[in-house]
Formats: sequence, structure tokens, C-alpha cells
Amino acid sequence: MSASGAAAYLSGERLRRGVQRRKVLDKVFVLVGLIVMLACLAVLAILFIDLIRDGAPRFNLDFFTNFASRKAERAGILAAWVGTSLIMLVTASCAVPVGVAAAIYLEEYAPKNWFTAVIEINVTNLAGVPSIVYGLLALGLFVYQFNLGQSIAAAGLTLALLILPIVIVATREAIRAVPNAIREAAYGLGATRWEVTKDHVLPYSTGGILTGMILGLSRAIGETAPIITIGALSFIAFLPQSPIQSEFPFISFAWLKDPFTAMPIQMFNWVSRPDQAFQANAAAAGAILLGMTLIMNGLAIWIRYRFRKKINW
Amino acid sequence: MEATVANDEAARNTHTGAGQAGPATPRVSIAVDDTRKTRTLNVKAAVDSLSFYYGQHRALKNLTIPIAERQVTALIGPSGCGKSTFLRCFNRMHDLQPDTRYEGSITLHPDNLNLIGAGVDPIEVRMRIGMVFQKPNPFPKSVFENVAYGLRLRGVRNRATLAEEVEKALRGAALWDEVKDRLQDSALALSGGQMQRLCIARALATTPEILLFDEPTSALDPIATAKIEELISTLRDQVTVLIVTHNMQQAARVSDYTAFMYLGELIEFDEAAKIFTNPAKKATEDYITGRYG
Repeated sequence: MSASGAAAYLSGERLRRGVQRRKVLDKVFVLVGLIVMLACLAVLAILFIDLIRDGAPRFNLDFFTNFASRKAERAGILAAWVGTSLIMLVTASCAVPVGVAAAIYLEEYAPKNWFTAVIEINVTNLAGVPSIVYGLLALGLFVYQFNLGQSIAAAGLTLALLILPIVIVATREAIRAVPNAIREAAYGLGATRWEVTKDHVLPYSTGGILTGMILGLSRAIGETAPIITIGALSFIAFLPQSPIQSEFPFISFAWLKDPFTAMPIQMFNWVSRPDQAFQANAAAAGAILLGMTLIMNGLAIWIRYRFRKKINW
Repeated sequence: MEATVANDEAARNTHTGAGQAGPATPRVSIAVDDTRKTRTLNVKAAVDSLSFYYGQHRALKNLTIPIAERQVTALIGPSGCGKSTFLRCFNRMHDLQPDTRYEGSITLHPDNLNLIGAGVDPIEVRMRIGMVFQKPNPFPKSVFENVAYGLRLRGVRNRATLAEEVEKALRGAALWDEVKDRLQDSALALSGGQMQRLCIARALATTPEILLFDEPTSALDPIATAKIEELISTLRDQVTVLIVTHNMQQAARVSDYTAFMYLGELIEFDEAAKIFTNPAKKATEDYITGRYG
């Protein structure tokens, strides 16, 4: 054949029409993608708007400062949001150090052998274990074995276990994103493994680690099954003891042993009541919980963006 | 194939002898031309029957080369010939990878320290031997912190001392005038050539005994390359330089001694002038004239 280039196969009008047909396919794919994405967003938006509309009569300061009550219009989420906040505090302060340390070990220290391979597979699998199973484990381990009872500490530890794999996986990704050339530069100057980790690997992967932490927490904040399993109370009319005391030593950890309720439990309790008036409370609490999650995710995106801007490999 | 170090027997004797004679730099003679006239060089590091293994794969085969003190020694050879592997033996970079093994010795003079000895801590080795990498790899910190990091690792805390040493290193790397007003800016804002000179300053600040360069200009444009080459030429007054390069013109321009490697073996080692004008081996000539590689 003497013709060269595209002309060897197609030419003139047929070539042009062929290209046009392929470009149409291109556009069709964009359209389909757009529709699918908008459908997902629309579902979330409708859900959120619906919750806000249903819960509208409850959105006032009293809702945040009142305990649960038998009268729907006087019932609030004080115990629930305080409980949720304290549980998140315990969860974060347990899951983050342990998860980050585990990830550092796996990425920077562990030799690559069958043992670490098994650990790696297990960590990934743990992320997929149903949360109720964590609840059962925690019931046996924390509540009875460690005798923590149905306390904030037990709930915090349970959720910490639940999000540990998420924190580990996210931290490992962040650590892996630090180029090896940077490690070599530091080793080349005579740094030890720990100096390389603390002076370089950790500071440069902070953004990714924080993002993973927040995504983990926003998963934990909505978890209901495991904390019901360990015995969260659904009606509670007092707050845990304050962590800050007026007398020496000013800080108290007694709240760790206090019983608690949490946002999703409060919602579950209201939804399961026959009285229609409580549905508004449930909707309002749901909107607030969803809002908390969205704010946390937004924070994660913002942190990632800021760190990306600062360190651009 | 054998190395053209005229008397590697003598090399071996000299550095074992140096131990008894105290910290004197041993001297080694190499043949400079076919008439067997010799010229002596002061040995900073004596590489003796060095072999290196990645697992079962023997990447370096029985290398014996003297590294001349305060001179530039260039390693040339086609890709995969083992020149970077050889360079990385000097600061034990291979120890970071599992399943690697050294054989033979690299004796650092005048202390007679075998850099690859089993009892020698790679961290100690890296404290004494600096390295500049192929791609500029500054830390994503300020210019100042990049240079100061090596000193901080060595326990320098005094701010005045740090500032003084950082300035000295940056001047030594011909970078001071360009960055003196932006010491606190991120090193990632510098140009590629400046980054590489910053990496040289970072290594210089730790006053290394040997400075290793692993193809330091392969990621740079010709102007930045010329600056780095000029810098390397001036560095020979203060430090022993070992440079791996892909570029034969570069080796001819900057080096005093040149080693040609092929398939993990040393084919020829001699003064650069000799290697590039009148190599003793056919293989060296073929490579230099561009017949392969």
C-alpha cells in the first residue's frame, strides 16, 4: 500500500466521520459520569434538606442545652453531644498514637518477610470487619475483662479499635508519599532511622496523617452498633464529671468511668418512640450529626490542601 | 580483566604498613604510560578486592583502586556497569537494603578504618563521608535548615556557630550570594541548579573526608551543569572527590584520575589525561570513542 499515516486505513469523508463518531462517544461518557455523580450528590442533599425541614422546630439553643425528656418539645441532646465529644476525645487519643506508630513501624522499620505480609493483610482485613463484631469484642474485653463497665472509656476504646485500620492505612499512604530520595539525603548525612523518621518522614506526612485521622473519626462518630453492644444508656439526665476541677490538681479523669449516651443512640431512641413529636427531635439530631461529619470531612480536605501547598515534591 | 594499577601488591602493603607507622597517608605508584614511568599519589581510601552482592547477584567484581587524596576521581562506564553501586559502598548506602553483602575492604586513611568492615557502624561512616545525589533532593525546609541539618545531627546547638558554618558551606558551594537574602525561604523554591548546589553545601557543612557525587548533573541544564563542574574543580582543594558520571566530557573536564568500569569489573584506572588520550585497553578506547555505551 502506498498511502501512509491514517490514510492507509481511512481517508477523506470516512476519516472525518470516524473521528466525529469517536468524539460523540467521548461526550456521552462525560454526560453519563456527570449524571451519576449528580445523582449521588442529590441523594445526600435531599436527605440533609429533609432532615433539616423535619427537625426545624427543634433548632434552638434549648435543644443543645437540655437533657432528654419525656416531653418531645423539651427534650434536648446535651448528654448526647457531650458524650459523643468525650468519646471522640478518647478514641482520637488512643487510635492516633497507636495507629501512627504501627504505620511507621510497618513502613520504615519492619523487614519485608512473611510475618509482616501477614500483618499487612490483617490490617487491611480489619477495616472490613463489621462494627458489631468490634462491639462484641469490646463487651467481653473492655467491659468485663478490664472491668471498665459501660463507660466513656470503654466506648472510646471500642471505636478506637474500629478506626485503627483506617488510621494505619492512611498513615502508611502518607508515609509512602515521602520520596525515598529525601530519606537517602538524611541517611547520607549520618541520620539514624529514628532521626530520619522524626525529622523528615513524619513532618512531611503530617497532612496525610491528619486527614486519615479525621476520616477515621468521622466514621466513628456515627457508629451505633458497637456502643449499643457495650451498653450505652439511651436515657440519661446528667453529665459526666467535668475534666477540669476547681481544686488541685485541676484535671480529673473520673469522667472516663462515667456512663454515657451518644448522638446516634439518642437518635435511635427517639426514632423508636411511637409519639410522632419525637420524630422531629430525631431529624434534628440527625441533621446535627451529619453536619458534624461534613465539617470534619471539610476540615480534612482543608488540611490536605494546606499541606500540599506547603510541600510540593 | 585486571586493573592497571601497576602494583596493587604495593597498595596492599602500604596500607597495612600504615597502621604500624601511625597515621601517615600511604602512597601508591601507578604507571602513567607504557614506558612504565610511575607517578605517586597520596591515598585517601584504598579499595582492595572489593566485591558486592545483591542477594546472589555479584554486582562488583574484585575491584582494587586507590582514591587519591584531595583529587577528583571519576568513575565512567556504560549504564549498569556498577559505578553507582561502587560509589554507594563508600557511605554504606547499601546497608539500607536487605540482602546485600560486601567483600574485600575500603580502607580510609589516615585512620586505617575499613569502611565496609563488619564492626564498623554505617552511621559513623556516613558522618565522615558526604554524598550528593543524582536528582537534587533538598529537604522541604528552609535553605538554612537544609544546610544546618547535618550540623544539628552532630550536636551543634549554638545559633552563632550554626549561622557561621551555614554561611561558610553556602560560600563553599558558590551559592551564598544567590540565597543570602532568602535563607528562611523554602529550599523547594530554588532552581534545579541552585538546589543541587544547596545539596553540595549541605554535605560540605559536615566537613566530609570524601565527597561522593552520583551523576550530580544528569538532571540539570547545561548552564547549571557548568557551574557544578566548576564547583567540583574548586572543591578538590579541600576534600577528596569521587564522582560517577555518564558524561565522558565531564569526566575529562573535572577529574584527575579516571576509572573505567564495565560489567562490574574495573577495566582501567589511570590519570584522566592518560585515559582520555591514550588508554591502555581496547575496551576503554572503544567506550571513550563512542563505539558502545
